[in-house]
Amino acid sequence: MDITNYVVLAAVLFAIGATTVLLRRNAIVVFMGVELMLNATNLAFVTFARMHGDVTGQVLAFFVMVVAAAEVVVGLAIIVTIFRTRRSASVDDVNLLRG
Amino acid sequence: MTPGVLEISGGETFLFWVIAPLMVLAALGLLFVKRAVHAAMCLVFVMVSMAILYIAQEAPFLGVVQVVVYTGAVMMLFLFVLMLVGVDASDSLTETIRGQRWIGLLIGIGLAAVLGGVVGRAAFPPARGLEGGDPGGVANPQALARVLFGDYVLAMEAVGVLLVTAAVGALVLTHRRRLTPKQTQASVADARIKALPDGVVLTPLPSPGVYARSNAMDTPALGPDGEQVPQSVSRVLRIRGQERPAPSSTAVSVHTPEGDA
Repeated sequence: MDITNYVVLAAVLFAIGATTVLLRRNAIVVFMGVELMLNATNLAFVTFARMHGDVTGQVLAFFVMVVAAAEVVVGLAIIVTIFRTRRSASVDDVNLLRG
Repeated sequence: MTPGVLEISGGETFLFWVIAPLMVLAALGLLFVKRAVHAAMCLVFVMVSMAILYIAQEAPFLGVVQVVVYTGAVMMLFLFVLMLVGVDASDSLTETIRGQRWIGLLIGIGLAAVLGGVVGRAAFPPARGLEGGDPGGVANPQALARVLFGDYVLAMEAVGVLLVTAAVGALVLTHRRRLTPKQTQASVADARIKALPDGVVLTPLPSPGVYARSNAMDTPALGPDGEQVPQSVSRVLRIRGQERPAPSSTAVSVHTPEGDA
């Protein structure tokens, strides 16, 4: 097996995550799509680290994980706040800025 | 096998071909599943599989972190928020932007095609593998720590600050300002005493009557004057009309000559 299979898998997962972000309406599921994309990039990072024999790729994947955790915390807090005021978790209902 | 070139074992190949289709299937579930909780479960499966792939790819530390951070913390947070928002918060099917579904699908497939094309046409160097690198290289967690706390120590500090900021931000965002004063036991007691002229009973309600021939819960007790006490039957039973009439006061008074004090 070629090691590029892992990269192909990462690309497929990234595309699925991006499609989830584009298609789903529920803000939480949209967030899950973002998480899937981050995970896919992590898989690519780990694969490239192995390909080049350099641990730096793994370090970058680690940083991605930390930033993703912070992003999820704040994002979910925003979703909870929006749900409290608007009683909805749908991304289509958030149009406060519409004139 | 030439030195410094990675040879992927048959076991890993087998592992990949078992796990990768399942992962893609679960990821597609994220796209097609109706309920958000099921989507979360699909994502948990993808993340655990991803951890297995990390460990197979000579990244045991990242594999463990993946399980702990993603499946342990992030997905649990997702489930918490799902429970807060309501499990039934499923997608609305009305399209607010016309043709969004097909355009989105088209863009997704296009992105997959572009990424696949790039990966397929790129010229990758022969894989070296982490163990087969320099002979003085150490095993994974130590090497990782050396790079993390050596070359990237400033980024590490910045990430720590980011985490603290995110935690404080989440606290601030989800903080709800109290609009009414907090109810304490003392204030509840004061309110009940104050409501005494309005006919509020301070003492516990009387318990239902206990008779040999009927279920005690649904028969009212008799007061000292021989009259029925309607409050002694549970409000639910009264509303449902399942309250039984108590034995007549005369019959009871005959059988219990001593009466109530």
